[in-house]
Amino acid sequence: MVTYVVRRLLWLPFLLLIIGLITFALGLYGPGDPVLVMMGQHANPEAAARVRHELGLDRPFLVQYADYVWKALHGDFGESLKYRGQPVGRLMAKRLTVTVQFNVVVMAVGVAVGIPLGILAALNRNNLIDYFIVLLTVAGISLPVLAIAPIAMWFLAARFHLLPSGGWDGIFSRRIIMPTLVLAIGPAAVFVRQTRANMLEVLDQDYVRTARAKGLREYTVIVAHALRNALIPLFTIFGLMLGGLVGGGIITESIFGIPGIGRLVWDAFGARDYPVIMAYTLLVAMAYTLANLFVDVCYRFVDPRIRYG
Amino acid sequence: MARAQSVVEVEKVEQRRRWWEFWRRFSRNKLAVVGLVVVFTMFFTGIFAPWLAPYSYTDQNLDAVEQMPSLAHPLGTDELGRDQLSRVIWGARTAVIIAPTATFFGVSLGLLFGLLAGYYRGWVETVIMRLADILFAFPGILLAILIAATVQGRIEAWLKGFEALEGFVKAGFAQVLVVIVALSAVGWPGMARLVRGQVLSLREEQFVEAAWAIGARPWRVIRHHILPNAMAPIVVSISMSMGGAIVAEAGLSFMGIGIRPPTPSWGALIIDNYSFWRSPAAPVLLWLPALIVGAMVAAFNFVGDGLNEALSPG
Repeated sequence: MVTYVVRRLLWLPFLLLIIGLITFALGLYGPGDPVLVMMGQHANPEAAARVRHELGLDRPFLVQYADYVWKALHGDFGESLKYRGQPVGRLMAKRLTVTVQFNVVVMAVGVAVGIPLGILAALNRNNLIDYFIVLLTVAGISLPVLAIAPIAMWFLAARFHLLPSGGWDGIFSRRIIMPTLVLAIGPAAVFVRQTRANMLEVLDQDYVRTARAKGLREYTVIVAHALRNALIPLFTIFGLMLGGLVGGGIITESIFGIPGIGRLVWDAFGARDYPVIMAYTLLVAMAYTLANLFVDVCYRFVDPRIRYG
Repeated sequence: MARAQSVVEVEKVEQRRRWWEFWRRFSRNKLAVVGLVVVFTMFFTGIFAPWLAPYSYTDQNLDAVEQMPSLAHPLGTDELGRDQLSRVIWGARTAVIIAPTATFFGVSLGLLFGLLAGYYRGWVETVIMRLADILFAFPGILLAILIAATVQGRIEAWLKGFEALEGFVKAGFAQVLVVIVALSAVGWPGMARLVRGQVLSLREEQFVEAAWAIGARPWRVIRHHILPNAMAPIVVSISMSMGGAIVAEAGLSFMGIGIRPPTPSWGALIIDNYSFWRSPAAPVLLWLPALIVGAMVAAFNFVGDGLNEALSPG
């Protein structure tokens, strides 16, 4: 078990190194020149060259990358090219708090809606309630945020003036309601689908029949015997979503004007602000990999039948 | 002679019977049939767009902007007075080009790498699966954006070299190619993992062992023994990833990459009209492309479910 975890963790630095290399290369060989974006199209060529030299952008590719890695190892992710003088680390940390708060709310709503609906659907297998919930789920999984958002905005903000159309005022303000509603649909649908499938499988098991046969109340059978086992596989989804927490939605945060990390990257992309894009990519990759590891390890504890070499 | 002919006959009948059986099982799922109809409609609309669209998708009429639906413009007009119905129809053309091609390249790459990794194991497997891990850990949309932005100029410059393609380049051929390259690059790792898993379990089967024992070459084993048995999940995932490609294209359009105006795509239609969500015509301008994208994804998912039920044994 320990060997397994260590082996997986040892892979992480290599992963980050390669991902960093790819992003760095795409950034450097991609279109657009950060210096020109910064100084304007008609910048004095000499001044531009000077700035480029100051930023170290005129050095060979591998030297730049090695320099980046070396500094990153010491916790220095460079300075933002767009917000001059701001260290990327601090910039990201500030935006990250917004993204994480927002995503925790979204996930909480997704779980709180999804799991009960999934149970309800499973218990009403093949009747109207089940069909209705399954239909909603299909819609929820199919409709991309890009499609739901304008509809929600039109209904809730433009037509009936019920809610503000986005923005950010902390998690206890009314502004968070609409983005949360729109974004929670996807995770909620995933949880419904998975919970329903797991419940149906578990309800057919011998131990559930046994529990009923020995005369337990239906509530006890469902909650103590069926539900507990049905929820285990949800762990995977939950864990992987945890990894996605830090990523934020580049698109969604831009639509709703939430000043999180996704929005930061969107702006950074426009300004060819590569230090920010680099740091973001590394952060997301690390979170994804660690979340995967976390899920695998937890599985070992939840289901002792699983062994890792 | 007569016998050989009858064998061919029997095989034909057998094949027809199998197709019939497949359709019978597929059509048991009513939603899958609905999905199939929707998908066919999309392809039909896309292929025959020039004949179906009442107006050109670029014709502006500044006297009639953001109109509600009328007889002249059944779906109203956008902020430049362009006929929304024509733009939706031409958007289908873009979707019909992008979704299958991007899926084709993503699936081909994934199939190739997955087969190699699962069949040869060893360092081949390590290299391929590590590469897949890396691409998985990448924030997907960002990778697609970076790739698209990087190849855009190159592809445009490269296409300029072909005189015959000049007209297509103007029509957005280069942009379409950029989107396809980006989506294929992001899409193959999922398929590779799926295929590798299938191959890993199939190569333990006795019929594969038997094929090896009589000296069948690797390619023959893969083609005749592994691929046919791994086909079901692959076909299902092809159907689902077509819907995914349409959404991904919309995402790229939103980031200002890929299909650019005036070439219409459903993604671009949503994005173009985004700033008009307060306009009274918003329901038609905004909802319609949004609902079409959602409906297409749902349709492809339904077809995938239907295929799954029809192809899986039992």
